[in-house]
Amino acid sequence: MSKQKAVLSEEQIKTRRGRSVALAVTLGVLVAMFYVITIVKLGPGIMDRPL
Amino acid sequence: MTMLEQTQGLHEDATDLGGRGSVSDYIALLKPRVMSLVVFTAAVGLVMAPGNQHPVLSFISILCIAIGGGASGALNMWWDADIDAIMSRTKKRPIPAGKITRQEAFAFGMILSFGSVLTLGLVANWMAAGLLAFTIFFYVVIYTMWLKRSTPQNIVIGGAAGALPPMVGWAAVTGDVTLVSIALFMITFTWTPPHFWALALVKNGDYQAAGVPMLPVVAGETATRHQIVLYSLLLLPVGMAPYFLGFASVFYGVGSAMLGLVFLGYAIRVWRVREGDAAKKTAMSLFKFSLFYLMLIFAGLLAENMISLV
Repeated sequence: MSKQKAVLSEEQIKTRRGRSVALAVTLGVLVAMFYVITIVKLGPGIMDRPL
Repeated sequence: MTMLEQTQGLHEDATDLGGRGSVSDYIALLKPRVMSLVVFTAAVGLVMAPGNQHPVLSFISILCIAIGGGASGALNMWWDADIDAIMSRTKKRPIPAGKITRQEAFAFGMILSFGSVLTLGLVANWMAAGLLAFTIFFYVVIYTMWLKRSTPQNIVIGGAAGALPPMVGWAAVTGDVTLVSIALFMITFTWTPPHFWALALVKNGDYQAAGVPMLPVVAGETATRHQIVLYSLLLLPVGMAPYFLGFASVFYGVGSAMLGLVFLGYAIRVWRVREGDAAKKTAMSLFKFSLFYLMLIFAGLLAENMISLV
């Protein structure tokens, strides 16, 4: 059985790259944001937990 | 075949895998102009609320409310793609323009809805998160899916969704709903009908073609003009409510009364000028002034709280 591959146009490749970059930036911002939220909400108490 | 029927099959082709949308198309799905109003009114609610919230958490709370508002815009475009394709005001939106498929808009809206609500719950509290979830539900399910196409009271009841952000902002700090936050809600809620009906008078043909039962389409332009004046009369004391309730100074009281009177003046002009281009022009001026009115009312409350006049 032969596999058919979708061929993307130049325009589609360009918009896909844009979306990928935006997703990467969003994920990076989310990681930084949740790190900051944790520090702000817990403060020094972040280390104060039963192991 | 009606225009609506012609657009029924819009992007329903199963072989359309999408993937054409650019980042700016996705941003357009969030209705940035509506989002800016949501951010502003929510920020006023948050600043006015008593209590101490870390500025970083306040900023992220506002961001969550903005994203939640944007998500409901995306879900609104997902559902309304058929009528958006007909109306001149909306036919360039990403779905009718063929840049984003309905499925992509739906997935985008749902992910942002859940993400913003959960993050707000973790950052602020679950009362604020619940209110944000209710706002999205009300706008998408109650207004877009149910009321918009079934009753001329669509924007009267649906206006509640646009009026909720200051209550969410307030709840993000205090975790509750009070008379003050309800008063903030009432300002936008009462303001919405004359604001949208002014636009509906200008775009009456669009709504007629799309089969949306806006008040001018169903009850006629004269009845709409009566309603605009009635709601503008009601808006005058409602806009002054923060002063009457004691959480705004006399400066705000006088300012809001003057703004309310000017609003009423514009409404009366719309009521009087009923023919031709002049009628459309006066309706459009009311629409523009209504945006200015809401911005100034909330800016006044924000300024008073920042310089502690109250």
